[in-house]
Amino acid sequence: MKDTVLEVTNLVTKFKSADGLLPAVRGASFSVKKGETLCIVGESGCGKSITALSIMGLLPSNGLITDGSITFNDQNLASMSPKEMQRLRGNDVSMIFQEPMTALNPVFTVGFQIREPLMIHQKLSKKKAHARGIELLKMVGIPSPAERMNQYPHELSGGMRQRVMIAIALSCNPSLLIADEPTTALDVTIQAQIIDLLNDLKEQLDMSMIMITHDMGVVAEIADRVIVMYAGEVIEEGRVEEIFENPQHPYTKGLLSSVPNVDDPDFDLKPIAGSMPMLNEQISGCRFHPRCPHAFDKCFHESPKTFSVTDKQHVRCWLQEEEVAQNGGRRASSL
Amino acid sequence: MAVDEQVLYSVKNVKKYYPVKGGMLQRVKSHVKAVDGITLDIYKGETLGVVGESGCGKSTLGRTILGLESLTEGELVFNGNNISNHSSRQLKPFKKEMQMIFQDPYASLNPKQRIGDALEEALIIHTNLSAPKRREKVIRLLNEVGLKEEHYDRYPHEFSGGQRQRIGIARAISINPSFIVCDEPVSALDVSVQAQVIKLLKDLQEKHGLTYLFVSHDLGVVRHLCNRVLVMYLGQMVELAPVDKLYENPTHPYTEALLSAIPRPAVGRKRERVRLTGDLPSPSNPPAGCPFHTRCPIAKDHCTTEKPAWRQIDEGHFIACHER
Ligand SMILES: Nc1ncnc2c1ncn2[C@@H]1O[C@H](COP(=O)(O)OP(=O)(O)OP(=O)(O)O)[C@@H](O)[C@H]1O
Ligand SMILES: Nc1ncnc2c1ncn2[C@@H]1O[C@H](COP(=O)(O)OP(=O)(O)OP(=O)(O)O)[C@@H](O)[C@H]1O
Ligand code: SF4
Ligand code: SF4
Ligand SMILES: [Mg+2]
Ligand SMILES: [Mg+2]
Repeated sequence: MKDTVLEVTNLVTKFKSADGLLPAVRGASFSVKKGETLCIVGESGCGKSITALSIMGLLPSNGLITDGSITFNDQNLASMSPKEMQRLRGNDVSMIFQEPMTALNPVFTVGFQIREPLMIHQKLSKKKAHARGIELLKMVGIPSPAERMNQYPHELSGGMRQRVMIAIALSCNPSLLIADEPTTALDVTIQAQIIDLLNDLKEQLDMSMIMITHDMGVVAEIADRVIVMYAGEVIEEGRVEEIFENPQHPYTKGLLSSVPNVDDPDFDLKPIAGSMPMLNEQISGCRFHPRCPHAFDKCFHESPKTFSVTDKQHVRCWLQEEEVAQNGGRRASSL
Repeated sequence: MAVDEQVLYSVKNVKKYYPVKGGMLQRVKSHVKAVDGITLDIYKGETLGVVGESGCGKSTLGRTILGLESLTEGELVFNGNNISNHSSRQLKPFKKEMQMIFQDPYASLNPKQRIGDALEEALIIHTNLSAPKRREKVIRLLNEVGLKEEHYDRYPHEFSGGQRQRIGIARAISINPSFIVCDEPVSALDVSVQAQVIKLLKDLQEKHGLTYLFVSHDLGVVRHLCNRVLVMYLGQMVELAPVDKLYENPTHPYTEALLSAIPRPAVGRKRERVRLTGDLPSPSNPPAGCPFHTRCPIAKDHCTTEKPAWRQIDEGHFIACHER
């Protein structure tokens, strides 16, 4: 399809460990269209960051992609040399990392860190890069941007550091921005500012975005489409309305009823039993079955297939098969 | 949750300042006013939420109330006893009544100590139970927080985050306290596990008639768990109200901004957001007048010079603002 910017097919990423090769991402497939925001949501350790780092070619040294393909604007990223990947990262794809403090270098000024990529990738002179840097800081809403250029990261607040990260990520006019939990470490009022900023910038720049988060509230604010990951697998995918209004996978439903609703004092909190499995845990059949209230025989032995609910909503759960068998009617049961 | 109006703990004009040293001689140059004049009554059986941005003094307030920090100023009256100037020996019987649950229980557990032994420690200090009786009690505690007898011999690293928080809770309730400060007890947990721990805290409160001071930056969790909520800003109180009043009728401009900033997990119901500009000012150099005036969308001239008084606007509902 022409307007598809990124297509990830059956991605498998593994880590070398004492127990051998352990998969952190197990056959993930998804795509991102031009101008679209895709959210990847799921709990700690489900493989969100590793999926993003696989796309960026920035996996930790013990990690490797063992299967699948990643196609970005018709180029196959999985077969690119490190040098080509580096060029791509400076020009077309940018990432905002999970920890803003570690992502900015404490010994260089903000100005240095924002000029550098402009001088390397866009071949701007130092003077031009400086002027452009000030423009970028202004665009992300940093007051007195010219003065900020001379400051060091520790002199800025967390929210401001995150804005600087966004400014740097946008400096190459990327067609795809990957933001890994860009607001998780921030206070809600600052988080709201950053989300508004990202939404505004995305419109202005007609950029595609992958937003990684574990916060269903953030998903609702920013996503066009959503993929839900559990233990390395994509278990549900759909338009944001479908995920919130008609979630199908027991885990998606569980996630939604585990978050207390601020607007409803009588919200019935329903936790999911158990916790996310470790990478080295062997689980047969559906990887969610030890925690699933609906698990039945088949779930223990066979890994579920992906079933389509609509043209956009896809679910990896055996309950869907039953539903199709029962003349396609929607199951009324809830968690 | 039965809350009677009996005061368990009275906190009066409590201040906690930390010195900021600087210069060649490391002289005290200024102070971080982490907690700057908090006055409130905590009722028996209630859960009082404390919310506000990072650095506003929530944890310091919790620690100060528990006597873990020296008071810079103010008075603490627990169950009618003024304990503000108690020595640590005098405090011992009161410490048994007050416990704390931390955000990261791992940091407060000794990695080389079995869970069972860690849980027995408080029993050794505060009770004279025999060794077999202690073991029995610890096993009962483990069951009570949803763990098993075989966990007695395990070490901290063998537990998941949610299980470690259960251990932290078991330890806090082991000597039958009446008052527990919960400092972000679920913030580090995955949402599915967070919901399990919230349920546990609620059940234990009901069963043992506990009073909680619940520190959190998660306003959804606070609404779900608390009876009343205190909103802090730069060490000061800006609003205090019964939970429904606060969420349905937030009155201080900061509370309003805070509540409108929460991303709602529902689509299509976009709320009008109160947009704040600017960052949180430094607590070592707080603004004069109203602490919120540098970010307040409705600040007037006098807000920059005159500190707004703390006043009641409705039953149990207090704010500090000139304009509301
Ligand atoms: N360098 C590494 N070596 C071995 N395992 C790793 C490494 N990095 C990550 N993992 C494992 O891979 C899995 C996926 O990690 P990932 O960082 O993608 O999680 P995540 O979904 O981003 O979680 P979080 O919400 O906590 O950021 C986890 O189980 C993690 O422990
Ligand atoms: N021991 C200390 N010495 C000096 N300053 C301190 C100390 N403890 C806390 N502070 C300062 O006091 C202020 C309040 O800190 P506190 O930890 O109480 O905030 P908080 O509201 O709990 O924040 P968070 O939500 O990030 O946990 C901060 O500015 C902090 O840097
Ligand atoms: S496949 Fe079975 S175990 Fe897995 S989510 Fe569906 S019902 Fe639950
Ligand atoms: S006193 Fe003034 S600055 Fe403070 S909250 Fe009220 S209106 Fe805003
Ligand atoms: Mg991550
Ligand atoms: Mg704190």
